[in-house]
Amino acid sequence: MTAVQAVALLAVAALGTGVVLVRDPARQALASSVFGLALAVLFLAFQAPDVALSQIVVGAVALPAMILLTIRKVARARSAGETEARR
Amino acid sequence: MAALLAWAYSGLPAFGSFAGRYGQALARMTVPERGATSSVAVTTFDFRGLDTLGEEFILFAAAVGVMVLLRAQRRGEQVAAEPAGAHRPTARSRALRSVATALVAPVLVLGASVVAHGHLTPGGGFQGGVILMSAFVLVYAGGAHLRAERVRPLSAMELAEGLGAGGFALIGIGGLALAGSFLENFLGPGQKGSLLSGGDVPLLNAAVGLEVMGALLVVLGELLDQRFLVRRGRR
Repeated sequence: MTAVQAVALLAVAALGTGVVLVRDPARQALASSVFGLALAVLFLAFQAPDVALSQIVVGAVALPAMILLTIRKVARARSAGETEARR
Repeated sequence: MAALLAWAYSGLPAFGSFAGRYGQALARMTVPERGATSSVAVTTFDFRGLDTLGEEFILFAAAVGVMVLLRAQRRGEQVAAEPAGAHRPTARSRALRSVATALVAPVLVLGASVVAHGHLTPGGGFQGGVILMSAFVLVYAGGAHLRAERVRPLSAMELAEGLGAGGFALIGIGGLALAGSFLENFLGPGQKGSLLSGGDVPLLNAAVGLEVMGALLVVLGELLDQRFLVRRGRR
């Protein structure tokens, strides 16, 4: 277990806890993006570059984008429903 | 619970020592027999190509499911579509828009390069496909729509997705027709290290890259109420 691997493991543990402690979903999406980057560094430290690349593109790009867009869509649906109910 | 986990970890073999025989046989065979330098790519696209076919169709099915659900919801008029001049995420920040616009072309080239070098370096069809998708998302973040004259870009993305998924299966059938079993490598190994080596692995990488890019852009386009990929002059 080299120093880089140990540091990467600790960073993943800390950031994972951080993601859970963030409460707002939009901010949680961005926190999980940083967590995804830390995971990618971990995979790279453990000699899995393909997995690291996949993790970067999925965990740091695609997943937060999907989460944020879904939150936005749900919020719009909810506000449209409220204006309907008020009318 | 933590104690159980710690006890389990202490019983694991050391990192890097692998006792399975199939894995060792694969590691020995990939470079000499296929001429590709990425063992992982040859394993996923050649020796275990059937698994990759299944994974690709998972993404395809998920994208189709999202498409059906969101279009039916919009047609049911429970949620109005986003108005054409809606507030953009980067509308107020000129610096962000400039950076996003400047990055579109480099990211496109990077994505195409990752897909093309899938059998030589880490990366491949899936990673490159997602990078290509993010190039289009940067266009949106830069404050522009993707417009086209004759064809609806959203339909073009659906076509890309279908071509990618179908292309993978067709290459597999080519293996069946030309080499005897489904997804068998029917092209020669080629010169080791060049872009055209590894048999049909580059072709499969290209198909997967096309499919991943198309699927993700279709999902994003639907989530943005089809405002993201519009046809010129129409809503």
